[in-house]
Amino acid sequence: MVTITAEPAAGEEISRRRPRRPRARSRGSRIAYVYILPFFVVFAAFSVYPWLDTAWVSLHDVRLSTYDQQTWVGLANYRNLLTNSFFWNAFRNTVTIGIISAVPQLCIALGIAHLLNHKLRGRTFFRVALLMPYATSLAAATVIFIELFDPRTGLIDWALHALHLPRVDWQGSKWPAQFAISSIVMWRWTGYNALIFLAGLQAVDQELYAAAAVDGAGKWAQFRHVTLPGLRPTIIFAIVVSTIGSAQLFGEPLLYSPQHLPDGGTQGQYQTLGLLMYQQGWANDRLGLASATAWTMFVIILLAVLVNLLIARRRQRRA
Amino acid sequence: MTRTKRLRATLDASPLTYVLVLLVAIVSIFPLYYTIVMASHTNAEMAASTPPMLPNGSLFSNIHKALQVAPLNKGLINSIIVSSCITAGTVGLCTLAGFAFAKLRFRGNNVLLAICIGTMMVPTQMGVIPLYMLMAKWGLAGHISSVILPTLVTAFGVFFMRQYISKAVPDELIESAYMDGASTTRVFTSIVVPAVRPAMAVLAMLTFLTAWNDFFWPMITLNSQNPTIQVAFQSLASGFAPQQSIVMAGTLYGTIPVLIVFALLGRQIVGGIMEGAVKG
Repeated sequence: MVTITAEPAAGEEISRRRPRRPRARSRGSRIAYVYILPFFVVFAAFSVYPWLDTAWVSLHDVRLSTYDQQTWVGLANYRNLLTNSFFWNAFRNTVTIGIISAVPQLCIALGIAHLLNHKLRGRTFFRVALLMPYATSLAAATVIFIELFDPRTGLIDWALHALHLPRVDWQGSKWPAQFAISSIVMWRWTGYNALIFLAGLQAVDQELYAAAAVDGAGKWAQFRHVTLPGLRPTIIFAIVVSTIGSAQLFGEPLLYSPQHLPDGGTQGQYQTLGLLMYQQGWANDRLGLASATAWTMFVIILLAVLVNLLIARRRQRRA
Repeated sequence: MTRTKRLRATLDASPLTYVLVLLVAIVSIFPLYYTIVMASHTNAEMAASTPPMLPNGSLFSNIHKALQVAPLNKGLINSIIVSSCITAGTVGLCTLAGFAFAKLRFRGNNVLLAICIGTMMVPTQMGVIPLYMLMAKWGLAGHISSVILPTLVTAFGVFFMRQYISKAVPDELIESAYMDGASTTRVFTSIVVPAVRPAMAVLAMLTFLTAWNDFFWPMITLNSQNPTIQVAFQSLASGFAPQQSIVMAGTLYGTIPVLIVFALLGRQIVGGIMEGAVKG
């Protein structure tokens, strides 16, 4: 969507060049708060307050029915969580499903963006077609994919059978089930990411390609030394967004299970952290533990994003 | 995009390019097409040894049955109300705040913006338990206002509008308006809003789509009697032996409106998403 490099506003540059000019920005100094107030009031009430309260609840033993009676347990919920095999199973699944869905997705999106960057007839048609999955809700997409992967009547099993390939248990076996769930995520987001990359590609200075060609760079060298560096911020942004999204995966695994149970399959083979948190809170009535899971998810996301950015920075320095 | 006309799409497409792009388009559309196929057959027809590939005549009777199983119309109406309110709130409040962050100087400017951007990393899961209790306490649980209120603003919206306003509205223009004695309100209404209307439209489309497709929070706070369309889908598959073709017909019925709007506005939405990617 928007690249993370928060460039200074045009105004900041101007004020830096001429530091003694108070003009526009100082005029609205007090009225500025009036402009941000409505946003921050809603944001504080329905976002910040719940986040902090979740932290508070995570230090207590709390039930749904008796929410006001909170028993202090200190860090017991976190201790419980980190020594809990359900948590680690969900953590591993979240990571593997995240990798299975995000890595191919971003690579394919890059390839598609390259294709769309050609002079194409029916450009708008192709672009809109690519975005149709993005417009389809995850609830609808999951229902559709369940039918496609259905063991008795599904099109995919029929195709496998027609090709004399062995049937696959898309529900019960771990990796096929995780692949099926990943395919829903990939279907919905690849086209969207392709358009983001395409926008990045079109912003790359075309003269650089000409210059590279003069220097005798082939197609691949042009891709490596012109396209990739030019797309860097866009790629990093897409990776960060995918990471944040994968870490919260919830709806797909919930709806993929036949009875819409929050177990993540009979063996928990596709249980994710987001789903586990829901199960702890609403199925097992342990809000304190669920809150601890939610905060742990946030810490995991922070660490993952940090690692992404560190890798990106290191690669930049080497390049 | 920027005003400077770029030499874009200088690569000529080979037939192979067309084949590959067409393949990608087919993969994107096929599941939706096959939904129509499944929704227009009876269950018995779908269970044939060779699955059908073309639509059949049972679509309307299947939709009719689906409407009896799940409150899809109620869900559609609720979704329209919810998504419209969220869109109006987000675009309005985020444009106000985005303007302040982009063009006004005030204490805490950078810190508040940084906090705002940082919160985009917070998972939805981190807020749902207190929100659920809050809505129960206010007697709003099960009511669609419990879906609208928490999503009325987004940090993303503020950041998006701030980025656009920073670049689209020249400081000189605002300064000269001030010199002519205009108030900040006047600057906002007569200079900023007209200049950033395209960005507001993009934010509106993205917000509407996100609100329309939102699942986690509506599923927690709403019940099957008063659902949004995404929650209403759940009623289709409930029951002992859900009928595949009826589930698909209901899914199609609830998805078609947004797909039609999307196909009509496709060019603008594509442009908006790509522009948003570059502008930021």
